[in-house]
Formats: sequence, C-alpha cells, structure tokens
Amino acid sequence: MVYQHIADEGIGKLFADPDPDKARDHFRSKSKIMKDKLMSVSEAVNDFVHDGDYLAIGGFGTNRIPTALLHEILRQRKKELRVSGHTATHDFQILAAGDCIASVDVAYVVGLEARGLSKAARKLFEEGRIEVTEWTNAALAWRYRAAAMGIPFMPARVMLGTDTFKYSAAKKIQCPFTGKDLIALPALYPDVALIHVHRADRYGNAQIDGITVSDLDVARASKYVILSTEELIDNEEIREHPSRTAIPYYCVDAVCHVPYGSYPGNMPYKYFSDEEHLNEWLAADGKPETLQPFLSKYIYGTKDFSEYLELCGGLEKIEELRKLEFIEPDGPIVI
Amino acid sequence: MQYNEMELMICLASRLLEDGSSVVVGTGAPCAATMLAQKTHGPHLMIFFEAGGVGPLLPTMPISVGDSRTFAKAIMATSMTDIMETCQRGLVDYCFLGGAQIDQYGNINSTVIGSFEKPKVRFPGSGGANDLASLCWRTLMITPHDQRRFVKELDFLTTPGYLTGRGAREAAGLPPGTGPYKVITNLCVMGFDEETKRMKVETIHPGVTKEEIIENTGFELLWADEIKVSLEPTEEELRILREEVDPLRYIIGKEAV
Repeated sequence: MVYQHIADEGIGKLFADPDPDKARDHFRSKSKIMKDKLMSVSEAVNDFVHDGDYLAIGGFGTNRIPTALLHEILRQRKKELRVSGHTATHDFQILAAGDCIASVDVAYVVGLEARGLSKAARKLFEEGRIEVTEWTNAALAWRYRAAAMGIPFMPARVMLGTDTFKYSAAKKIQCPFTGKDLIALPALYPDVALIHVHRADRYGNAQIDGITVSDLDVARASKYVILSTEELIDNEEIREHPSRTAIPYYCVDAVCHVPYGSYPGNMPYKYFSDEEHLNEWLAADGKPETLQPFLSKYIYGTKDFSEYLELCGGLEKIEELRKLEFIEPDGPIVI
Repeated sequence: MQYNEMELMICLASRLLEDGSSVVVGTGAPCAATMLAQKTHGPHLMIFFEAGGVGPLLPTMPISVGDSRTFAKAIMATSMTDIMETCQRGLVDYCFLGGAQIDQYGNINSTVIGSFEKPKVRFPGSGGANDLASLCWRTLMITPHDQRRFVKELDFLTTPGYLTGRGAREAAGLPPGTGPYKVITNLCVMGFDEETKRMKVETIHPGVTKEEIIENTGFELLWADEIKVSLEPTEEELRILREEVDPLRYIIGKEAV
C-alpha cells in the first residue's frame, strides 16, 4: 500500500515495526494479573533480553540509568542488539564496550556531554560496524509517545530541511487540516525496556522522583519492561499515594531490587554521579589493550553489581556521592 | 579590569537575554550566561532544561542537562516531551547551541566529519539541538572562532540555521519567524543580514582586528555599516560571574579556543 501524500522521505532504515495492531495483539496477550515479579538481575536479563532485540534504556545517559542491568547484558554476552540512542551516553558506552550493538537509532550517542567522547563508541561508527539511522531527542521521545498512545505515527515540526531528516526513516507529509508541512515520526515499540526507579513494589508498580525524561512513555510503549529499583516497597505504600505511581504493574515484567543501581550515574535525591569513575571509563575505553582488562576487572570478573560497587569504593564512595547530591542553593559549592 | 575571552563571551551572551523571556540552556558557557543574566538584569528569566528541569534555583553548574542540579528547587520536574512541546507551542524565546561546524547561514553540524557512511570522526548527533533550533524563536550560539569551525560547506547539516537563505526555513516547513539570532565568538558578535540571512559581523571585541576575523572564517562574512567595539564586562558582572556563578572557575577557567 502506498500512501499518496508523502512529500519527501528519509533514506534511513526503520529498526522497529510501527504497526499498532501488531502491538495491540501483543498487549492483549499480556497477563493483567498482579503477580510477584521480583527476580534477580541475571534472571531478568536472561528471561527478557534476547540477541537481536530492540532495546530502550530509561533515564538520561548518566542520570537514573539501569547500570546493573546493562552490565548483566555484557556478562550474558547478548549480541546484535538494536538500541535507541535517546541521549544514550554512559549507557551506550557500556553496550558499545561489550560489542553488543548491531544498529542504533541516534539522537545523541558517543558523547558523555561535557566529559568528552567515548572512543569505543566512536569506533563502531568510524569502522562502519554499526547500522545507523538519525533522529533527534524530541523525535525519539515522540516516537515512544506515539507507541504509548497506540497510534502508528506522530506529526511534528522538527528535522525539516536537514541532513538529520535525510538520514532518518521519517517522512514529510502535509497536515490534512492546515496544509502545513510536517514530519511523520513512526511509532517506536521497543522489544524490551530497562528502567531504573526510586521505588517499586514486587508487582512492578513504580515511583520516580524528579524528571521522568521519556520513561513514562517508554514503559508503556515497550513489549517487555525490566525495572531495577533503589527501594522495594509494599503494595500498601503504592495504594497510599496512587497519584505517585509513574509506571503501573501491568506494563512491567520483572522487578530487580538494586540499591545504588544507577551508579556511576546520578540518582536524584539519592547520590550524585561519580565523575572520577566515569573519567576512568573514558580513559580505559580508548584502546582494546586498556578496555579489555578494565571490563574484565569491573564487569566480566564480577558476579553481580554489588561486587562492582565494592571495587569502586563501596558504601564509603556512595556516602561521598550522597554529600555531593545534597547541595543547597547558598550552601557549600562542590563540583 | 582584566578579564579573559570566556568571561567576555559569557557577559555578551548574558546581556542578550532580556528579563521576562524564556530560554532552554545546556551546560557550560550558556548555563553560566543564563545564571549571570538572572543575577543581574534578568531575575525573571525562565530557564528550561531539555530533559525536564523547569525553573531551578541552580546551586551550582550542572554537569549534564539531565542531572539533579537542573531541577534543584525547581518549579517543576517534568518530561522531555513536555519541554519540547512547550517549545513547539511557541513559548520559548531562546536556545543556546554549539557545534563542530557552522556555515554562513548558521546551520550547524554536530554529527560527522567526513562521509556519513564511514565518518572520519563521529560526533554525538543532534541531541536536542535540531529540535530547539527548529522550535525556539531565536537561536544563540557561543563558539570558538576558527577556520575549522566556520566553514563554507558543512559535512552534515544536523541542525537548521537559515538553510540556504531567506525564506528557506519557511519553505522547508519550519515554524515561521524562527532562526539564528546571534553568534558570539572569542573574536566578535555576529547577527544575520535581513535580506540574505548570511552571517554579519556587528561588534568586534577589544584588541581584535577585522583581518583576524577574516583569517579565522572559512566563508565570506558580511559587515554591519557601523562596526562597534564589543562592550567589555563591567566590574559588577565579573564579580558576580567569578564569585557567585562559577567560583571554582569550572567554565571561566577554560580556554575559549
């Protein structure tokens, strides 16, 4: 079937099917029973992340990221993943270091904002080892939104007139009401989402403090959702404050209790990012000679996230990062 | 009073943000300029961060546009779509951008150097830059000024300036009345010519020559009829910048180039 009103279209590849009816069939088949989904990180990754899956990662690069789940993807040697690079910074760096990625929808990757660029991540592109389609942060956010709404695309007024559009898989259409040019962004239904939250009960009802980035839509758009949570709370606590529920249990398939699970990223109101360790990553990931021993030490050689945390300074380190997190305006300034 | 290039650039950028306007900022110099504006002439400036922070009382410079500083004592901690939709509705006056390459129409490349298929250097990509430059009314740029950055032809057009000149943004379907406003470098401040939408030098920083600017620009610049010298930072601006905005010289201690 050919849609007659496409004015122009990007040449990029679409890595996920935007068909809302296939998604409806999947969501219809999901259990709506509120059952215990608490499991270990290794069980969750083993059960719900498969080679070749399309992966969405919650948070914002170095902020409220599911580090423990990402490490486990490396430990279990998952391969050929398709990844949404929706401001994917340290998260993308981890997966790139493990050579887990086959293709990526790029909004922001490779960089760690002001900290610099990951050489391991750059190499994937510069050596042509990864399939790439370009987007923007808003475009990927609205693609998740379209999927969360159960519609096949979202119109928007970004990307027009640029190479970002040319190398995307978006299409240019005309508004049926105003005649204005719009970009049609295809719905993005990830196979699996990894999201780190502040609190969840064992059924997967979850609360997030601070900015939500795109996670409310990511959780609703994804076929399977793994949560890692700082705190495990009782269902009564969820029911005490229902307006605080950001993600309801019926979106969620696995709940992993991982205190400090966003480390070395920032967890709002809990602990700040560990800039020292992030710099160690950047220094190590430049060459295979330094990257492989680094990964062996911190990821492949550790059995789980708590061992990694111990290697990085354990609770003493977390205590330092807690102090950095609680800076008040007019209080002592620390960077 | 002595000052460095970064301090001058931050002060010049800060003065462009009028009180009561709204701005989406990133980390680094744009954030310092916005904080300085809030502490001088613009107490009612509304700050947005693209990851969801709205109107924070910044205790210190954020490291990431999504870290907890960006919503410390904020009006609201919301989502990225909420921020981008606020821009799309036309509520946001300014955004601040930088990039690896900029051309004469203020188009920006932050994606690749070399070919797209096998890049010589891969950069992060648009992030929110394309969105903000498409949707905010006025785009501001703070960037070092050299031949490598100010190029005749971009390797990749990531983020729209005036595209190919007057009327091109509207023809492409971008919201009318939007586009690049000023480019602040370590040598001068440039605006955009009304007729051609090409970059036009407006003020030159103290001690900088016209030749220096030409030598460091890879395309032909337009020049305002009357070129003034950029206004130096005041003592008050420098005091606030050094003591309150960036006491650890996290930004102002960096080389501009």
